[in-house]
Amino acid sequence: MGEPIVKIVGVTKRFGAVEAVANVDLEIARGELFALLGGSGCGKTTLLRLLAGFERPDRGRILIDGQDMTGVPPHLRPINMMFQSYALFPHLDVAGNVAYGLKREGVARPEIATRVAEALALVKLDGLGTRRPSQLSGGQRQRVALARALVKRPKLLLLDEPLAALDRKLREDTRFELVRLQEQLGVTFVIVTHDQPEAMSMASRLAVMNAGRIVQTGTPHELYERPATRFVAGFIGIANILQTAPGRWLALRPEKIALSADRPATERAIAGTVVEVGYEGDRSLYRIALADGSTMRVAQTNVARARESAFKRGDNVWLGWSDDAGQVLHE
Amino acid sequence: MSGRVGVAATVLAFGYAFLYLPIALVIAYSFNESRLVTVWAGFSLKWWKALLQNEAMLDAAWLSLRIALVSATFATLLGLAAGYVLARVPRFRGRTLFAGLVVAPMVMPEVVMGISMLLLFVGSDRLLGGPERGFLTITIAHVTFSLTFVAIVVQARLADFDRSLEEAAMDLGATPWTTFLTVTLPMIAPALASGWLLAFTLSLDDLILTQFVAGAQSQTLPMRVYSSVRLGVDPQINVLATIVVAIAAGALVTSAWLTRKRD
Repeated sequence: MGEPIVKIVGVTKRFGAVEAVANVDLEIARGELFALLGGSGCGKTTLLRLLAGFERPDRGRILIDGQDMTGVPPHLRPINMMFQSYALFPHLDVAGNVAYGLKREGVARPEIATRVAEALALVKLDGLGTRRPSQLSGGQRQRVALARALVKRPKLLLLDEPLAALDRKLREDTRFELVRLQEQLGVTFVIVTHDQPEAMSMASRLAVMNAGRIVQTGTPHELYERPATRFVAGFIGIANILQTAPGRWLALRPEKIALSADRPATERAIAGTVVEVGYEGDRSLYRIALADGSTMRVAQTNVARARESAFKRGDNVWLGWSDDAGQVLHE
Repeated sequence: MSGRVGVAATVLAFGYAFLYLPIALVIAYSFNESRLVTVWAGFSLKWWKALLQNEAMLDAAWLSLRIALVSATFATLLGLAAGYVLARVPRFRGRTLFAGLVVAPMVMPEVVMGISMLLLFVGSDRLLGGPERGFLTITIAHVTFSLTFVAIVVQARLADFDRSLEEAAMDLGATPWTTFLTVTLPMIAPALASGWLLAFTLSLDDLILTQFVAGAQSQTLPMRVYSSVRLGVDPQINVLATIVVAIAAGALVTSAWLTRKRD
């Protein structure tokens, strides 16, 4: 993986009595699209702000491209950030916003003009340079913020909930647009998000955070198929957590379980009753009550066009899965 | 339904009349021919001409204007600093005391401020041989109470200011000082301008505090007007009042407009 672009070593940040970031170690490789995923208050934004230099770690070190960033103020870091609120300067027009960072570097005027035009073309905002931020739509503002950060050619681009302020349809388009840009430019992206499908679909690797700690780091596949803890299993996608022994659990994804009317020939089989059918079009999510009083969730892809779901509420069904369908957990 | 609208309109008309009729009368009587303030004797500009030839009144007006310009400018600079600290520095030793001291002049009776300032200036005159009571002491006194208003306006503006704008500037390579000049200052400029206008107006018409700290030689416009009123009202006062109302109204409208213009 070569020399990592970001190396976080034992970083802790406290606010009063709260440990916002607790002893975090993390390496991010050059050219990655890395996501920090977690619920609100998990410390992901604080970690991003530590990288940008807006917060100082109480303990530990942050190295960017091999250089220790301790004590380096934000304006001297080779990093740029796209803020959740976009933080566009309302008193400057779009071109003025994008040019702001280049002016601070002392880039010559003609070069500023060229690079601003390039950056605006990159995010498909050509010709909107003279507009004010207040005259733009939410999606356009987001792209101005992106252009403003990218025009500086940073080694690392931090994106704080980049899609949270967009409506749903635009969010999905923008997701792929961001990935395309990242691949085209080769800049390392670090995205902070609470949106689990977003992180899964965009990131090459992601870290799941909880209570200031990184619980697990890996590719989207690894996190979904091989979660390390019950927290990760429950946070990413849906999981049935079955206790198999004291201190031992099995995390079983709903789509890894087969439903049938008769006892299946799989390695594991258990009988239950359908208590709820959630029809989502492409799939149906069943809630099955077992004899011991617990419930399990099972998903079935609706491959064939049928008038109604295969099983109805109150039907007695069998659940079957193979021995390697689930992940064994110890915590 | 139309009856109720009629009642509301009447009440409104009475309300406005109560507030503004006296001012309208003053303006109208400034164009009066008669020497008597309360008797209308036809249109004339003679009191306007008389005022423009009244040296004593013009000197007083010029002094007041200079004091207002200088004190408003210093009050704005100091008020900006105080408001910035109150809005941006969440914790420092003596913060509560500082916040209290900044707004104290607003609730302190002017007579008390006047006496304490007089004592200060008399004391410093005795110990240091200055400053001489006049332009300088009046200006200092005006800065003291009007900076409070600027500080409050600036603090309010900074409080609803998105901090991430400043962070974005620093993230894009601006030093803290450049950030202040290129982002913070342009954003709060309307608040500063309306704070300046407020300080200017307050200084222009202050009488009580000024009387304590003005020397024997210097008379500001309000002092001049007050003393001439005691000798009997002359329609020149109406003219002067009209001019002052025009300036104050202009400042008020500009200040409101500047505050609204901020996105």
